[in-house]
Amino acid sequence: MTIDSRRIVLKGRAVPVRGNDIDTDRIIPARFLKTVTFDGLGEHAFEDDRAGLRQQGLVHGFDEPKFAEATVLFVNKNFGCGSSREHAPQAIARWGKGIQVIVGESFAEIFYGNCQQLGIPCPVVDAAGAEMLMSLCEKQPDLEFEVDLSLLEIRAGGTTARIKLPDGPRKSFLEGTWDSTGILLSAADLIQKKDAELAYLRRYAD
Amino acid sequence: MGKTLYEKVFDRHTVRQLPSGQYQLFMGLHLIHEVTSPQAFSMLEERGLSVMFPRHTFATVDHIIPTTTQLRPYKDGLAEQMMGALERNTSRHGIRFFSPDKAEQGIVHVIGPERGMTQPGMTICCGDSHTSTHGAFGALAFGIGTSQVRDVLATQTLAMDKLKVRRIEVNGKLKPGVYAKDVTLYIIQKLGVQGGVGFAYEYAGDVFDRMTMEERMTVCNMAIEGGARCGYVQPDDTTFAYLKGREYAPTGAAWERAVADWRSLRSDADAEYDDVVRFDAADIEPVVTWGITPGQSTSVGGTVPRAEEFSADERATVLEAYRYMQLEPGQPIAGTKVDVAFIGSCTNGRLSDIAEVARLLQGKNLKVSPGVRALVVPGSHEVKKAAIAAGYDKVLTDAGFEFREPGCSMCLAMNPDQLVGAQLSASSSNRNFKGRQGSSTGRTLLMSPAMVAAAAIKGEVADAREVFGV
Repeated sequence: MTIDSRRIVLKGRAVPVRGNDIDTDRIIPARFLKTVTFDGLGEHAFEDDRAGLRQQGLVHGFDEPKFAEATVLFVNKNFGCGSSREHAPQAIARWGKGIQVIVGESFAEIFYGNCQQLGIPCPVVDAAGAEMLMSLCEKQPDLEFEVDLSLLEIRAGGTTARIKLPDGPRKSFLEGTWDSTGILLSAADLIQKKDAELAYLRRYAD
Repeated sequence: MGKTLYEKVFDRHTVRQLPSGQYQLFMGLHLIHEVTSPQAFSMLEERGLSVMFPRHTFATVDHIIPTTTQLRPYKDGLAEQMMGALERNTSRHGIRFFSPDKAEQGIVHVIGPERGMTQPGMTICCGDSHTSTHGAFGALAFGIGTSQVRDVLATQTLAMDKLKVRRIEVNGKLKPGVYAKDVTLYIIQKLGVQGGVGFAYEYAGDVFDRMTMEERMTVCNMAIEGGARCGYVQPDDTTFAYLKGREYAPTGAAWERAVADWRSLRSDADAEYDDVVRFDAADIEPVVTWGITPGQSTSVGGTVPRAEEFSADERATVLEAYRYMQLEPGQPIAGTKVDVAFIGSCTNGRLSDIAEVARLLQGKNLKVSPGVRALVVPGSHEVKKAAIAAGYDKVLTDAGFEFREPGCSMCLAMNPDQLVGAQLSASSSNRNFKGRQGSSTGRTLLMSPAMVAAAAIKGEVADAREVFGV
């Protein structure tokens, strides 16, 4: 049996996490990085944010029983800024049923790239679209969202929102080629050639 | 039309264009540490892959290492386990490990440059976002995630998109008592923490031309805090003078060839930029952050800004910052009581940072304010040795600072150096995120080492120029 790594239409319930500039220290506090695996990170996703809200008598989306089934995450701007820790998307992917796609207004670059490496698409939506999607899942947490990377839209409850995803990542998700190691390794000859070509790798010895 | 340094270095390292449209880019230098590499080695093993070029990867331990003593085993069993994994992985794959045992260890972004491994025109990557530091040499240097560490180990290449290039000029002369840290915080304040997403930053103009290499490293270190994955300064005589004679630098006739090559990589005079912004050095004052992102800052004489001064879009974060930081809009930032003063990190843990603080303290009989815990943590064993040789440690400890063993220390919460409760820290590090310094309610004000020293002495945020009579 082979695992189908294509990501064409991702379906599931959604959870909103509102706010701009949510950094990776908030997504997974550094104390949980003391590990040599990614196991068990899911339960600690947003741990300090969750505790902080509880103290204010509020509830984080990841603590709401009504969102426990979610596999789609809605966020706002510059999500995942800060450190390069892949533990951040790994924690999100391991929370609850496992988040499979993150839709937001914008993403920090390293976070975005890390998600791509894990097969988690991060399509973007405009501010109005993000608000509509967040409100919709808050009102109807059992609603199923269909994130369609082929048609570049999200469908839910009769409404549709446009999403964007750059051609390169989109193609790799649609074709299931987002795991880059094999593709990079297929150019082993060219890599060796490049290594021989770069003078600084031999300290400019002639 | 000419090319920017970014384009020249990118083109030089391009192996091929991938079917996805991205580029396969060769990585000339790969740095690893104990936090983001163990899973990458496990993934290699699961896939039966080996390390393609062990000689292009170098390792150190920095995030988890205690700074009171480096003796093994570490009290924290998890830290010990991570260190053990790094030792096994580097020895198994033939990777040089700058280890504490040999007193070669240090923060990954401190030892790369000090060993002369970081050179102009290289591509450099590391599983750490502050890899942007190495751009100070005119290298393209960026942080990567663990799956990408795996890719670099297995193939020495990465799948990358081409970035746009923004030239940031700061012209004129900085006022006395204004440092590289103030310049980089000022740029982030002006362009925002999201402003650099999609860009490489080219820092240019009088101010960067005149900076030392260590100052340029401080600036490039925080490019990522402005959203730019990498930032660089053009290589020049300052760069070459710094590198000459260092362990990994070319020697003899090869040195001349290297310098000629490095000069050729400077951005051409007619290079086109996707964006150009200009600042006047005279407008920059010592900067202090007041909020929970590195962009939420003011000058030391300023006040916590009012919510109305921000766009509707930023306001939620601003309100959250007031609450979390326990600061009121309109309140002067000077006079804010501090509990901890931290000088160190990959931003400001180099010899010149420690030297400047020692110079300011020297002969003034100033003491750390009672109740303030003040740490000076050198960025590497080399920095520590040089600081001791110059007598800086004595000046610092006489004033009431602790002088520690090298490591990341209180920049982040992975070793015993952490805030407790809602303590407020004056910190020379790079991030003031919620919980960053180890307590989920701990508060961080970012500033230059001189300003941290001033806060330590006064027990509150204070203008270093007044405290030290600059």
